[in-house]
Amino acid sequence: MTDSTTIDAIESAGAASVPPPVALAGVSKRFGATQALLDVSLALLPGEIHALVGENGAGKSTVVKVLAGIHQPDSGAVVLDGKTVTLHGPAHARSLGIAVVHQEPRLFPDLTVAENVFIGHVPSGRLGSVNWREMRRSADRIFESLSVHIDSSAVVRGLSMADQQLIEIAKALSIDARVLVLDEPTASLSAHEVVRLFEIIRQTRDRGVAVLFVSHRLEEVFELCGRATVLRDGRHVITAPTSELTAADLVRHMVGRSVSLFPRTTAHIGDVLLEVRGLTRVGAFRDISFSVRAGEIVGLAGLVGAGRTEVARVLFGLDRADAGEVLLDGKRVTFKTPSGALEAGIAYVPEDRHLDGLVGGFSIAQNVTLPIIPRLFPRFFIRGGRERAITEDFVERLRIRSTGVNELIEALSGGNQQKVVIAKWLATNPRVLILDEPTRGVDIGAKVEVHRIISELAASGLGIVLISSELPEVLAMSDRIIVLHEGRMSAEIPRAEASEERVMFAATGQMAEETSSGA
Amino acid sequence: MALSVPADVHAANRGGVLIGRLARSRELTLACVTIVMVTFVAIKAPSFLASTNLISVTALTAIIAIAAVGEALVIITKNIDLSVESTMGLVAFVVAIALKQQSLTVPEAWAIGIGLGLVLGMANGAVITIFQVPSIVATLGTLSIYRGLTYWVAAGHEINISDLPAGYTEAASQTFFGVPLFVLLAIAVVIVAGLALRYTVLGRQLYAVGSNAEAAATIGVRSRSTIFLAFALSGMLAGVAGVLWGIEFGQLYASSASGESLAVIAAVVVGGVSIAGGSGTVVGAAIGALFLGLINNALTVLQLPQEWLQVIYGAVILVAIVTDALVQMRAQRAKARSRLR
Repeated sequence: MTDSTTIDAIESAGAASVPPPVALAGVSKRFGATQALLDVSLALLPGEIHALVGENGAGKSTVVKVLAGIHQPDSGAVVLDGKTVTLHGPAHARSLGIAVVHQEPRLFPDLTVAENVFIGHVPSGRLGSVNWREMRRSADRIFESLSVHIDSSAVVRGLSMADQQLIEIAKALSIDARVLVLDEPTASLSAHEVVRLFEIIRQTRDRGVAVLFVSHRLEEVFELCGRATVLRDGRHVITAPTSELTAADLVRHMVGRSVSLFPRTTAHIGDVLLEVRGLTRVGAFRDISFSVRAGEIVGLAGLVGAGRTEVARVLFGLDRADAGEVLLDGKRVTFKTPSGALEAGIAYVPEDRHLDGLVGGFSIAQNVTLPIIPRLFPRFFIRGGRERAITEDFVERLRIRSTGVNELIEALSGGNQQKVVIAKWLATNPRVLILDEPTRGVDIGAKVEVHRIISELAASGLGIVLISSELPEVLAMSDRIIVLHEGRMSAEIPRAEASEERVMFAATGQMAEETSSGA
Repeated sequence: MALSVPADVHAANRGGVLIGRLARSRELTLACVTIVMVTFVAIKAPSFLASTNLISVTALTAIIAIAAVGEALVIITKNIDLSVESTMGLVAFVVAIALKQQSLTVPEAWAIGIGLGLVLGMANGAVITIFQVPSIVATLGTLSIYRGLTYWVAAGHEINISDLPAGYTEAASQTFFGVPLFVLLAIAVVIVAGLALRYTVLGRQLYAVGSNAEAAATIGVRSRSTIFLAFALSGMLAGVAGVLWGIEFGQLYASSASGESLAVIAAVVVGGVSIAGGSGTVVGAAIGALFLGLINNALTVLQLPQEWLQVIYGAVILVAIVTDALVQMRAQRAKARSRLR
């Protein structure tokens, strides 16, 4: 790697006379047989939010990890203020002012908020003792500057995903970062929290920090970012101002072809399958009523914590309702366990596919048949052939990419893992399918696939409840949208009348009285 | 067995494949190491292969292996049963006392012993699943309680071989086609448990609970009853081991089988059952028991300085486990590399 390529890279990245605070110059990185990055150059400018987009596996995470000092490039270099540096590790990168917020909050759940913010550079008094008061005060100052209310002496365990994400950002800002790298910070946030986060990111930008924003959500890229860089298969495809790009352009660059993000087949809408009347669980939600018809997709929108997942958990027998009733085919049902719900024909694809969805160390086939093995093999003995045949059917229908149904689940990409989760629940042959954030954390290509599957399932006569924090997804996929706000139904909006504004208003409780309790 | 090790079949680089294969056949590697060790020791000290020596080694190994199969079931569910040795001790003593008082026939004694083990295991399982306490703590308690009960039953007495009916103790020397009864019994237990783990719904659920309890719960696997069952089976097999212990030694004290829990757990872990739950096989656990049993005996036969035996024995366990960890790490890194881009 020579100096001239460095300079070329920086110049071609469009820097002015002042070299950018951080740049990648012709970075390549290889893992075994996989070329994760090939000759990628990228310059981040102060006071600019730069989007990094691409499918899973395009190399975004590797770029983040190179900047974070976790991976060292095989060739090419990280350039700070025009000077080539070797980052020896995360601590070194941090000390040079590169702050990285990873996708999943990596906090210590049993430590306090303040301790988490200052982990690694705890303010110490004389004799090296921890200066607790100073630590809490500094943490409070950071949260104040972000206009966020988090108790810095609270223990992290039990805080919401959104708060944890904010703590990660506070942690990043606590080192006076010159470069802030955010790896899919909105993946686990609701629309409302995203708005708050964006304000914080903009404030940070306005202080002259160079921000790299990695995201799957294109609308966020356009809303927030000045320029965008697209990676595909480890290669740099394009860097351009977002004003000169359309969403379709970005998708085309990302997948290398044109696709429709929301394939939707029209379904015949039949009889009411599931009806919920006045469902209440104290402390979670109150007086929820709606119905789901065969062939219908009912969107459940709302902010994180509005009670959407909690409703789903009750419907699936994971939690109990305190009041209200659930009717299936007009008959009242109560489920004490998920098994009861499964038998009755309700399946629930949980939010976190790693925590609740898949069993590591199991093959695709073993995961898919897990909920049904007692039913599939009533005589107690598992027959591998039968198990594989059933799984192969789903692998084909859902287009799960693998080397075979005996492949271990860990070997699949995120999108394909998500499809296995869906296959698993479809194997129970449900009539009502509840999907909780089914496309969270999967890439565009897989997202399209999941949308196609949902749409086809509805067309085949399933009633579908779709919980999603992504407004475009809810709007495009749902026949009706139920909006929850702080545990209550704030609106029921038919497809024709649905708009992003209306859903957002209802989700933030601003027009709760106008439309409520339909069904 | 394919379930046991998360090795990637199509790891991108060749080293990964090789190591993956090695890791996958953990049972096979351990068996190979055992054979190499036996050969080495047999050359150094031919008395190692004397049939009296082998019979005594395999008898004790068979006892530990049977208990280890039960322990493996528990560890696969991400729990641990520390009370095995006390169950063995209590069962052995109770059976022996009953026989001494001539209130039981030999088959009845077997049934009582196994039944008592089952009950003790169920008590473990009940405490753990009903009160949701960590198994390491709960079985630490029952380890002491069951031992205490043995002292109470023994009331200061001990059992001599002359107290026991010949029909009971002669099982120790019985062979079929030259194979000791104990060994056949252990092999039968391993085969039945191995097949059940691999080919039954219950077996699948044990792994599911150990690997991802929450995922198991959301699909309606009843984690608690699965864990309860694992402890019950562990207790039952410890009961079998206890009966065999009484037969093998004849001489029983209230403290009999003390310290054997560690031998059992060591066998399971050396045999490749992950202490983190969700992976491993009973075949591995049994081979682990054989390996440790032979090592223990080899150290004696080789006439190594007596005071170093424990240290060497412990070191061997550590080496086995560390080697496994290294292999796993390599395999996982190879796998990560093939996926990470």
